[in-house]
Amino acid sequence: MSRRNFLEIAVSQPLSQIRAEFPVCEDFFLNLRIENIDWSLTLLNALDKVDKEVINEFGLDREMIFREFVAFLDAFGHVSATAAEIKSLTVIGGHDKSGNAEIDSFCVAVGEIICIVGPTGAGKSRLLGDIECLADGDTPTGRRILIDGEMVSDQRRFDMEGKLVAQLSQNMNFVMDLTVEEFLRMHAGSRFIDDAEDSIKRCFECANQLTGEKFMMDTRVTQLSGGQSRALMIADTACMSSSPIVLIDEIENAGIDRRQAIRLLARKEKIVFVSTHDPLLALSGDRRIVIKNGGVVSVIETSESEKRCLDEIEKLDTTLFRLRSCLRNGGIIDMDMLKG
Amino acid sequence: MKLITFSGPPSSGKTSVILQSIDALEVPVTEIGVVKFDCLTSFDQGRYQSKGVKVVTGFSGKLCPDHFFVSNIEAAVEWGVKSGFKILITESAGLCNRCSPYIQGILSVCVIDNLAGVNTPRKIGPMLKMADIVVVTRGDVVSQAEREVFAFNIRQVNTGARIIFVNGITGQGALLLAKNLWHAKEVDGLHEQRLRFTTPAAVCSYCTGEMRIGSEYQLGTMKKMEFKTD
Repeated sequence: MSRRNFLEIAVSQPLSQIRAEFPVCEDFFLNLRIENIDWSLTLLNALDKVDKEVINEFGLDREMIFREFVAFLDAFGHVSATAAEIKSLTVIGGHDKSGNAEIDSFCVAVGEIICIVGPTGAGKSRLLGDIECLADGDTPTGRRILIDGEMVSDQRRFDMEGKLVAQLSQNMNFVMDLTVEEFLRMHAGSRFIDDAEDSIKRCFECANQLTGEKFMMDTRVTQLSGGQSRALMIADTACMSSSPIVLIDEIENAGIDRRQAIRLLARKEKIVFVSTHDPLLALSGDRRIVIKNGGVVSVIETSESEKRCLDEIEKLDTTLFRLRSCLRNGGIIDMDMLKG
Repeated sequence: MKLITFSGPPSSGKTSVILQSIDALEVPVTEIGVVKFDCLTSFDQGRYQSKGVKVVTGFSGKLCPDHFFVSNIEAAVEWGVKSGFKILITESAGLCNRCSPYIQGILSVCVIDNLAGVNTPRKIGPMLKMADIVVVTRGDVVSQAEREVFAFNIRQVNTGARIIFVNGITGQGALLLAKNLWHAKEVDGLHEQRLRFTTPAAVCSYCTGEMRIGSEYQLGTMKKMEFKTD
């Protein structure tokens, strides 16, 4: 819908009709502390009845509010259409911390899971950072990131405004004091998701599948355990976030089904980068990038024989999980428990 | 000289963001100046100095910080021009959420903290509403969903601004901000320029030192609340 249309709509339609189509416009008036607007009138007529003092306090007049209302509709009338769609991402190599050239380039397609491995301080986060800002030879590594094989113009970089990349890390917490349901509803609301109720339910179920300890819709997000929080964040990113690229920094200790979690994200037509030291995660990916001294030294395809190891690794992981649960419940560890 | 005004609630990370952008700007630090407008105390002077950035700090004290800003900004620009800076950055704290030390045509940046709660953007007012760029800090410690809702709420109050997430500690995002800052307009003075928004009105008896409570002591611009009882 073009801007011109919104201008016409704002001139001619009564506010109630606009609200019916764009419920978000209620927020516009709340933000200006206009609480009792007459919804049966058109905006300009309704504004005539609003306390001038309140409008003045915001440094506005009737005409400015009108213009801002049109801009508001313009910004929110078609948000869902602006989700960035991409098919692939290419990293053109730069150099490591000593200035030596790193690997030429590698390309990642939607649906792929790429793990990033390397010692602490090697530059894993730096690579995630380069991807996030769509580096163009202008970061310390000199890397360039292409989208769908093409350079990204500065204008497009700015337009994407963080819509391209969703991030998850061990350091992230919920800070809002809301229940799980309220939280998901708020997120869905900001995304103008059509089938909000459905998405909320799906997201909730997904999160509960990922975590060992179940939680309820009316649990407060701030009271979730580390594992439950991580599970909800992952499910929420998969089901609600429109960002096509997901960067995950260290989720190994979260007490969730990590393999299922990253598969869930990849299935949602996303490119998933996971920085990890966890063999279970690293081998679950399609490929892994090895970083040393700030540079990418190789990209290893997960081989069939490595994949065969996964089952054994999973057993070890289950054993460790069992030991942890046993300790948590005040139990005593014995040799038999190591046998599975 | 390019002039950029930064503002934001206290402790939102303005100084860290500015320092990170200075790192990301391809300009020698000796050609960048900072003027910090603060209220009572400031502990950031040393952070700028240790980076080699020239900084002048002014304290508004008992005056309204916005009035203090506007009555000193012209001289600040003169100082910047005389010092031969390529870039002059002003930093001021918004205290009543209404402060918006923005000048028409001058690049204005508002820094807000993602930890402050998702509805904060809807409460800040002109300082956020009139900014060209909104920088969100501490996004690295909240969930993706909260980042998205926060950005959505910023967009609600300021449909035109560029929203940039910057990590004040690692500098992630500062490069994108620096690229935007580079587009700031060149100025050689501010005489006859205009503010974007009126500063808080306050010429009443309390401004001039009155301390007693009671309507007989209240003169000048006053605003009264209405209290109804059933």
